[in-house]
Amino acid sequence: MRPVFVNVGERTNVTGSAKFRKLVVDGDYTAALAVARQQVEAGAQVIDVNMDEGLLDSKQAMITFLNLMAAEPDIAKVPVMIDSSKWEVIEAGLKCVQGKAIVNSISMKEGEDTFRHHARLCLRYGAAVVVMAFDEVGQADTAARKIEICTRAYNILVDEVGFPPEDIIFDPNIFAVATGIEEHDNYAVDFIEATRAIKQQLPYARVSGGVSNVSFSFRGNEPVRRAIHSVFLYHAINAGMDMGIVNAGDLPVYDDIEPELREAVEDVILNRKPKAGGSQTERLVDLAPKYKGDGTVAKVADQAWRAGTVRERLTHALVNGITEFIDADTEEARLAAERPLHVIEGPLMDGMNVVGDLFGAGKMFLPQVVKSARVMKQAVAWLMPFMEAEKEGQPHKSAGKILMATVKGDVHDIGKNIVGVVLQCNNYEVIDLGVMVPADRILDEAKAHNVDIIGLSGLITPSLDEMVFVGAEMERRGFDIPLLIGGATTSKTHTAVKIEPAYRRGSTTYVLDASRAVGVVSGLLSEDRPKHEAETRAEYIRVREQFARGQEAKNRTPIAKARANAYPIDWAAQPPVKPSFLGVRAVEGDLADLARHIDWTPFFASWELVGRYPAILADDVVGEAATDLFRDAQAMLEKIVSEKWFTAKGVVGFWPAQAVGDDIAVFAGEDRTTELARFHTLRQQMDKSAGKANLALSDFVAPSGDWIGAFAVTAGHGELEIAARFKAAGDDYNAILSAALADRLAEAFAESLHRQVRTELWGYAPDEPFDIDQLIAEKYQGIRPAPGYPAQPDHTEKATLFKLLDAENHTGMALTESFAMSPPASVSGLYFAHPQAHYFGVGKIDRDQVEDYAARKGWEIATAERWLAPILAYDPLAVGRNEAA
Amino acid sequence: MTRQERIAKLKQIAKERILILDGSWGVMFQREGLTEEDFRAERFKDHPGQLKGNNDILCLTRPDLVQKLHEAYFAAGADISETNTFSATWIAQEDYKCEAAVWDINYQGALLARAAADKFNAAEPEKPRFVAGSIGPLNKMLSMSSDVNDPGARLVTFDQVYDAYREQVKALHEGGVDLFLIETITDTLNCKAAIKAILDLEDEGLERLPIWISGTITDRSGRTLSGQTAEAFWNSVKHAKPFAVGFNCALGADLMRPHIAEMARVADTLVAAYPNAGLPNAMGQYDEEPHETACHLHEWAESGLVNILGGCCGTTPDHIRHVAESVKGKAPRVPPERPKAMRLAGLEPFELA
Repeated sequence: MRPVFVNVGERTNVTGSAKFRKLVVDGDYTAALAVARQQVEAGAQVIDVNMDEGLLDSKQAMITFLNLMAAEPDIAKVPVMIDSSKWEVIEAGLKCVQGKAIVNSISMKEGEDTFRHHARLCLRYGAAVVVMAFDEVGQADTAARKIEICTRAYNILVDEVGFPPEDIIFDPNIFAVATGIEEHDNYAVDFIEATRAIKQQLPYARVSGGVSNVSFSFRGNEPVRRAIHSVFLYHAINAGMDMGIVNAGDLPVYDDIEPELREAVEDVILNRKPKAGGSQTERLVDLAPKYKGDGTVAKVADQAWRAGTVRERLTHALVNGITEFIDADTEEARLAAERPLHVIEGPLMDGMNVVGDLFGAGKMFLPQVVKSARVMKQAVAWLMPFMEAEKEGQPHKSAGKILMATVKGDVHDIGKNIVGVVLQCNNYEVIDLGVMVPADRILDEAKAHNVDIIGLSGLITPSLDEMVFVGAEMERRGFDIPLLIGGATTSKTHTAVKIEPAYRRGSTTYVLDASRAVGVVSGLLSEDRPKHEAETRAEYIRVREQFARGQEAKNRTPIAKARANAYPIDWAAQPPVKPSFLGVRAVEGDLADLARHIDWTPFFASWELVGRYPAILADDVVGEAATDLFRDAQAMLEKIVSEKWFTAKGVVGFWPAQAVGDDIAVFAGEDRTTELARFHTLRQQMDKSAGKANLALSDFVAPSGDWIGAFAVTAGHGELEIAARFKAAGDDYNAILSAALADRLAEAFAESLHRQVRTELWGYAPDEPFDIDQLIAEKYQGIRPAPGYPAQPDHTEKATLFKLLDAENHTGMALTESFAMSPPASVSGLYFAHPQAHYFGVGKIDRDQVEDYAARKGWEIATAERWLAPILAYDPLAVGRNEAA
Repeated sequence: MTRQERIAKLKQIAKERILILDGSWGVMFQREGLTEEDFRAERFKDHPGQLKGNNDILCLTRPDLVQKLHEAYFAAGADISETNTFSATWIAQEDYKCEAAVWDINYQGALLARAAADKFNAAEPEKPRFVAGSIGPLNKMLSMSSDVNDPGARLVTFDQVYDAYREQVKALHEGGVDLFLIETITDTLNCKAAIKAILDLEDEGLERLPIWISGTITDRSGRTLSGQTAEAFWNSVKHAKPFAVGFNCALGADLMRPHIAEMARVADTLVAAYPNAGLPNAMGQYDEEPHETACHLHEWAESGLVNILGGCCGTTPDHIRHVAESVKGKAPRVPPERPKAMRLAGLEPFELA
């Protein structure tokens, strides 16, 4: 980062900010830290901390504040300027900063010896220094005095003290102009001239100054003061001024200042006689009241946008997700508009277009866009009564109507909701049918609303089949509108191979993530629709061909051979460990504790922010979005815990078990006579190189007698109600956030229960060290695979699991017809304890294993092929055709 | 040779080739299967509480073993061996109630390393061996809170940390070390206190010795424990005008490489690195074989990233032997000349060019 001019934030200076002074004097350091954070957010590259206040123990205040700041990475990332007129305060501050700070300031006011001493200490603590143009005689006022003192100080520092010249910053004193005293008229010019000379004559040295002094005589008239600052800086920076203590983000652009005012200010700064005659000070004093406006009260830096036109304010609120003023601004726009609808179609949509453009250009990220949508919804909600009152009013014309649904048997909707919000942001009307929606209802509603596009979403693998079914039904019922497919388990390949062929009449398009949704939808609803559809069709033909080739190319190992190459475990070397109890036990999760053990990385991924936590918070590209999101998440998490939004319930059980081929038999008691249940597992059939086994989960259970565990946990009781409440209030952002947090809490619950199982309940690793990073990195003994995931892709095994655990009674969890768990924020799985048990993916399997598996499960082969569809290494329809032929 | 002659020699060798530091001490002590009695010996036989685990005390209670390890590393090809004084400050020794023994540990620790080096120097004057006084981090940090409920809380003050390091520096100096190695720095502010202690003592007349500063990037975030990036760390300690700067510990060579490369880019002094033998396995042991470590570090040398190499946790004389052999004849990195600019730091670097 190589800025031309460095903004030093001045709001954490008790002498410059009354608000900050009050906070510190009152001991409200939390709010004081927020001031520091705002400054960094507003662009301050260095922050000035000054505690010189008569009511304060300045030294202690400096220590307290700097220590607190060290704990805030978003503030501590920038260097500190330790600002005090008292050396003992400065030195106390230097003892609190690990980075390289700037000391503000030292001078020759008390003579050269003290100056040398302080300079040496600054060097020893590793700090740069601001040197005031101040000597034994006093503060330098004229350009000549400024240059003389700075030159003397420079020579002492560089030649005697050995101070690096690049770490010296001179402050040649900015004094107030336009005071009415003629001797003051040249003060700005003196500073600018001294700056020019210092930069020319003292190599590597820098120039800084406290800018607000210059406009002191206009205090009370903020617009004029800001104009003075802007004009002063314009000239001083041109002369070589490198940094200044200024209110970052609060200054008007030089070119934007009203020409009349700018000229008057310029006359004052440059000490010129006005063209109109008279004194330049009088002229500005005469002019000033005209520009006083509403800006007289000093406002916090980030509210400068309130001075814009209503159109600008609406855009700013939308882009920045600010709801604070949206009702008032919307009302102002409504009063100015002919009809309330025009506010939506005009300024609000224009603002949302800016959001859309920024998002498309990668300058905004999903969480921010969802916040923009919240602002938009609130504005529309304000206008609704007026539009309804306007009887003859026509409905708002949207860019298109899109029906969205999570398919039957599936309860996951975070991704779908995000897509919905993004589409709404782009002026599409979204009809969201929610989750677990059967095909006939989707199609009935599509007809009733006369929608332009249908979008289907799903997370678990059985949903893939349901989507094929919806596609086939659309074909049967004569639909021809585009069908969109999205969700975690969907893929372009599946869409091309399975869904698109089922729906020939219309087009089917796979949408990778929310950021693609708008592009796809706008293409399909434009005049170019035939072109887009033809392109997709051609692409999917290629995908299908590629898929077919892949099918032929890969050799599979016959199931018998794969079994012979099972994973060998030397059971005698590490014999199975008996759990501390047998049977099931209900467990409760403590939300506060779970909240502390959340693995955040997947949370960010669910918002399409890619990166590992906590590094993602400091990421160059998405760091800001991630930080805002994280802050909102933390705030909500606090409420979830304190207001008990959710309840976390779980159940865990252990039983005697043994491997029987690829199955695991589970017994009621240690005599192992009554078989309670049987888990079926699937074995890898890919060709393995020498020494690598064809794995199945049953390999991790001893055939000679072992134990197995199982669990089901949820943190989702209450999640649907909470999300519905937010949605009803038009707040999709918080609705999605609450669901995402419920998911994370359930995962944390599963993790913490697993640890309890390892160390205590099963107790096979009683001495495991506790380290949350290791937990997340899964560096512990034993695994907890879930049915429906790579190690056992068959979701139907969840039925056995739930029955064994009596999960419905113990936890209130239920399974849908596709074996999705409800509430959505739920996790279940089996426990395997052996040190060599590890995660793997079954991969594609062949027909010989499917037949075998069907026999073991007591299924028809067709049933097995339906549930295992995503992992079949062959096309069951093709096999059927061949056999028929 | 006088100490100043040795220092001149050290600086000269650094221009000619890559210097080799020794490896881990912890793993070597572990292999000895030491008992509580080894740690106590006669001097601490009635000392309250356990001493086992306080490896630094072995300078006083098993001096034979400490000298043997110095010699094992010198024999393996190390140019520099570190004193066994990593935790020998009154703050770190408080845990063992051994504050009173701090001076002796440092002084004796330096003498033992000195004796081992002198023995080799007498036998092989053409390959001088050097002693680095190990100044480790503390268990108490100045930039991080000691209390989750109070982010401003600190268990020690800058002045206390300064005082603790000052005592250690003086004793190491008196025991005859050739340079100071402030290492495994988790908190840059603690390190700045150590730097100030050394420079202040020099002002008071202590003979000037080279300073080597070695930080620790604790995980894949690429930051020190106290949150700084590599460049911010360098900007914060550059005023010590160190002989060498770099990183050690926490990471294996593969994960440390980008941070060393970054340091090689920004630091206009020698760059040193001594990574762990990979990451610890589930049992807390290090699996990386000597030839694997050597293979990584050989590539660093080939790429011109380093001036000093060695090993931290999990490395053994065998690792050091492999490393020394693999970089033999490789040219050392040439420190870059950087344009003068004001370079500040918070957790992140800031440059005003």
